[in-house]
Amino acid sequence: MTESVRTIAIECLRYNPETDEAPHYQTYDVPFTDDMSVLEGLQYIKDELDGSLTFRWSCRMAICGSCGSMVNGVPQLSCHTFLRNYYPGKVRIEPLNHFPILRDLAIDQTDFVRNKLPAIKPYLIAKEDKTLAQGEFLQTPGEMHKYYHYSECINCLLCYAACPQYGLNPEFAGPAAIALMHRYNADSRDAGRAERMQLGNSDEGVWGCTLVGYCSEVCPKGVDPAHAINQNKVASTVDYFLRFLTPHGGK
Amino acid sequence: MSQVRTYTRPMAGWWRKNPYFVKYMIREASAPLFYAYALWLLAGLVALARGEAAYNTWRSASSHPLSILLHAVVVVFAIYHTWTWFRVLPKTTPDIDVQPRVLVAAGVAVAVVCCAALFAFAWWATR
Repeated sequence: MTESVRTIAIECLRYNPETDEAPHYQTYDVPFTDDMSVLEGLQYIKDELDGSLTFRWSCRMAICGSCGSMVNGVPQLSCHTFLRNYYPGKVRIEPLNHFPILRDLAIDQTDFVRNKLPAIKPYLIAKEDKTLAQGEFLQTPGEMHKYYHYSECINCLLCYAACPQYGLNPEFAGPAAIALMHRYNADSRDAGRAERMQLGNSDEGVWGCTLVGYCSEVCPKGVDPAHAINQNKVASTVDYFLRFLTPHGGK
Repeated sequence: MSQVRTYTRPMAGWWRKNPYFVKYMIREASAPLFYAYALWLLAGLVALARGEAAYNTWRSASSHPLSILLHAVVVVFAIYHTWTWFRVLPKTTPDIDVQPRVLVAAGVAVAVVCCAALFAFAWWATR
């Protein structure tokens, strides 16, 4: 097969914390073939044109969640989108929105990794621990079906870049963290719901969401965080009113 | 560990940068129109309670061109809200094994049938 090589303009946001007060854009002309992803375009720049361009990547196959960036204003995994889709126009690549820029296309994920994720206790909290001799916690396929697609999150943070509420109020727990919270709450082996919903029912939890819905649009794994969040608004409302109707406040 | 210097981009004008956000903001920003419309209907109810003269004044005010313009604008946005809210309906239901587009279609169908029934009733009651 003969592959035609064309040239596309890739405009990258550049920011060097040691020398720059603010980011600027730099354009590179990159030869590409039909099978080249945006990530491969960035790798071409790094290898052949400008070794100082900084960006994250690892698996090249939409599994690791490292290479998320804004591609022409849309949060995308750069390994999962192709240069041919933008030709003959140019491609503008920026770091994921709403996160501080460390350098060029690399963002600072500290808020998610250190604050958001641990806060929702992303692990099974069993009613009572079992010893190994007592065996595993069993689950039917139907019970697994209830949470499985929420467990497919790869922490790529595209949903945070798609969420203006997170951009406007960084205290908001955000789409991926709340989807993961729902994933554990919906797990038949878990008994940690009450612990997690302290945050989940708060303004920084599900009520920080105004149902823009873009998080679910951009999710590369079909996790549907907007659904996880908004069905918990119903649960949160029921929980709130039940305390007035049941003895001992529903406890 | 020394603090790394980072750059945080401003949020100003965020909703104008993506058509998805523009549609969202039209939905959110037009919500006060329905508040205004509800107040107008409430005023009608109060006028009705006060007697025939007050109610006739409210009715003649309702047929003022400005009022008709308000009603026309409200209808346009009411249709937009109906459509956008049924589009997000699948995000708010519990996890059920129904295709999201079936839910959206069912919601819109119910809305259309209810509107048609209401129009038919209004036509029948006022002819």
